Amino acid sequence: MIRLPLALLFSAALFSVGVYGVLARRNAVMVLMAIELMLNAVNVNLVAFSQQLGQLVGQVFALFVIAVAAAEVGIGLAIVILLYRNRETINVDEVNLLRW
Amino acid sequence: MVAASAPVAAAGTGVAGLTWLLVLLPLVASLLIVFLGRRMPARGAELGIAAVAASFLLSLATLWRVVQGAGPVERSFTWAPIGSFTLQVGWYVDGLAAVMFVMIGLVSLCVHVYSLGYMQGDARFTWFYAALALFTGSMLNLVAANNLFQLLVGWELVGICSYLLIGHWWEEHVNSSSAIKAFITTKTGDVPFIFGIFTLVVTTGTSNIPRIAEAVEHGELGRGVLVAAALLLFGGAIGKSAQFPLHVWLPDAMAGPTPVSALIHAATMVVAGVYLVGRMFGVFAAAPGAMGVVSTIAGITMLIAALLAMVQDDIKRVLAYSTVSQLAYMLAGLSLGEAGYTPGLFHMFTHAFFKALLFLGAGSVIHAVHSNNMSEMGGLRKVMPVTFWTFLIGSAALAGIPPLAGFWSKDEIITTAFRTGNMALWATAMLTAVLTAFYMSRAVLLTFFGPFRGHGHPHESPAVMTAPLVVLAAGSVLVGFLGAPQLDAVFADWVHVGEAHHEPFSYGFAAISVAGALLGIAAGYRLYARWREREPLRALGPAYTLLERKYFLDDLYWVGIVRPVRDRVSAAVDWSNRVILDGIVHAFARAARGLSRAIDLVDARAIDGAVNGLAHTTGFSGGILRYIQSGNVQRYAAFLFTGVIVLAIVFTRF
Repeated sequence: MIRLPLALLFSAALFSVGVYGVLARRNAVMVLMAIELMLNAVNVNLVAFSQQLGQLVGQVFALFVIAVAAAEVGIGLAIVILLYRNRETINVDEVNLLRW
Repeated sequence: MVAASAPVAAAGTGVAGLTWLLVLLPLVASLLIVFLGRRMPARGAELGIAAVAASFLLSLATLWRVVQGAGPVERSFTWAPIGSFTLQVGWYVDGLAAVMFVMIGLVSLCVHVYSLGYMQGDARFTWFYAALALFTGSMLNLVAANNLFQLLVGWELVGICSYLLIGHWWEEHVNSSSAIKAFITTKTGDVPFIFGIFTLVVTTGTSNIPRIAEAVEHGELGRGVLVAAALLLFGGAIGKSAQFPLHVWLPDAMAGPTPVSALIHAATMVVAGVYLVGRMFGVFAAAPGAMGVVSTIAGITMLIAALLAMVQDDIKRVLAYSTVSQLAYMLAGLSLGEAGYTPGLFHMFTHAFFKALLFLGAGSVIHAVHSNNMSEMGGLRKVMPVTFWTFLIGSAALAGIPPLAGFWSKDEIITTAFRTGNMALWATAMLTAVLTAFYMSRAVLLTFFGPFRGHGHPHESPAVMTAPLVVLAAGSVLVGFLGAPQLDAVFADWVHVGEAHHEPFSYGFAAISVAGALLGIAAGYRLYARWREREPLRALGPAYTLLERKYFLDDLYWVGIVRPVRDRVSAAVDWSNRVILDGIVHAFARAARGLSRAIDLVDARAIDGAVNGLAHTTGFSGGILRYIQSGNVQRYAAFLFTGVIVLAIVFTRF
């Protein structure tokens, strides 16, 4: 039995790592992984509260998040692959055709 | 068939418990064809054929249960509860549904095989098969439905499939506009139809068809409600089954590929309206006056359509008008009440065989001579023997020559009309029978006899096209005996309301019918045995013009409905554009011009300075803001997170 604050602290740390990754990384794959980290931080939160409150809704929701995340990363990676085929780069800074 | 002891979930329903499979197979096949068809060796056709063949076998098994005397089977599942009302999904299989399943399965299978030859090399071959399979599944769903909403879903799905397939060769404008015409005209009938459904659902509290029938039987509905419901439902039938005055779409629907015409616009979809009246027969029978309306509409339609069929040059249009006319026969049969229920639906069953056969035969001819016009055919008897003989059987069946299928069913309707004392309908049906024999002999003589008037060297179609013809021709010969009184008229045991009616066979009536048919054929032979450049019927003068212009109905709709709607609306828009918007714009322009003259002086001095100053200021601030609008997503994300953190702090502090 893990106490709630511990889980929340872990979740917050995980989320922060994710935010850092999204903001600082230039590699599109890394950015996607960072987004996954953030989503999983949310999942940890959901499950922790589900445990604390004795309600299953949180866990069900976490499952939904996992499913949606899988779909999201599927589309994201497909975009990255197409990007690489066309531009031969996955550096998000260099993908700026629509800029200005 | 499958023994009642089989441990199927729906205990005792045997193969009828598999109705969901029968409906789903073609639908699933349709999806598979869309996604995998292109990679299959036969480009998706084999998937459609396999699924439809499986459905057909299941339908035969279902019919076998009925033959052995099994009663109707109903299964119902909750789909979606909406407040106090529950949307259901399920199936209701009685003799009528089983007969329809077999009919749809067989014709669809024949058309699927036939299209292998007819559609060979078509650019959208795979897509064509996907739409055919989707249509078959939707039609089976329409028939299987145990509630009105599921029926409506099938009803609309077959409509959209019809639209897609009529417009299959949409590159030509006339095809796509025919598709739109068919869709909108049937939709005109669907509006009353859906209100009819609402009427029944609101007053009985259920959409379940057997429940509604019970409610009607127990007299739970008022007379007014019954009349309204019956007439509104019949509106749908008028649209779908191409009855006067909404019959105009069916001849134009011939713009689609011929196999489509055979499947959708001859054998199955267009009888959906007839099926609806048969399925909701309790409502119609209990509604005073409703049957009279059905009878009148059917009488008008059968006659005017048969007249129109006489003057067409396009062989498919002859058959299309003939279909309209025969659909009216079916509705006329139903409108005679309980006694006419079995004959009407029997005619629907037999008609599917010989009309699909005629269409596929016409397709085979068109495939050979590359023209729809009978004036460019002729003499094909020798070069296309299989097509000729099967077409001849189909024509004779349609004309009502014993012992072919059409004779038994049509004669039964005509006789019943006489026996129930509906003399007007009897006379109309007799006259139409003569005309039917006339225009069919005209079509046969113009197509297969006389000199060849087209171009090139026509030859017999490949075996994939002639085999379905032979199968359907066999059907056209044999299925009539199912309703032959001499052979116990087993059809009446399968499909009936109340007690099964077994009317004794009347040789007198049969003799009159056959004499009528022979009269029509003789007249046809007299006029068309020798090819004449000038259409002999032109001697009719103004009457011919009236027929050639389709009673001016299309022109009437064009002038009376399409153009007013189009012109009024567009004129109104144009007027509002010209008068109101332009007026406002002009007024502004005038005011602005006056003002600008006045300002011109001021402008040059004071304003220029201000404007330039403003421009400079804008440019300067833009230069600064530029650094924020970097276009760098990650920087935006950083702003976003900063904002969230600030908000979080604000919310927790205050």
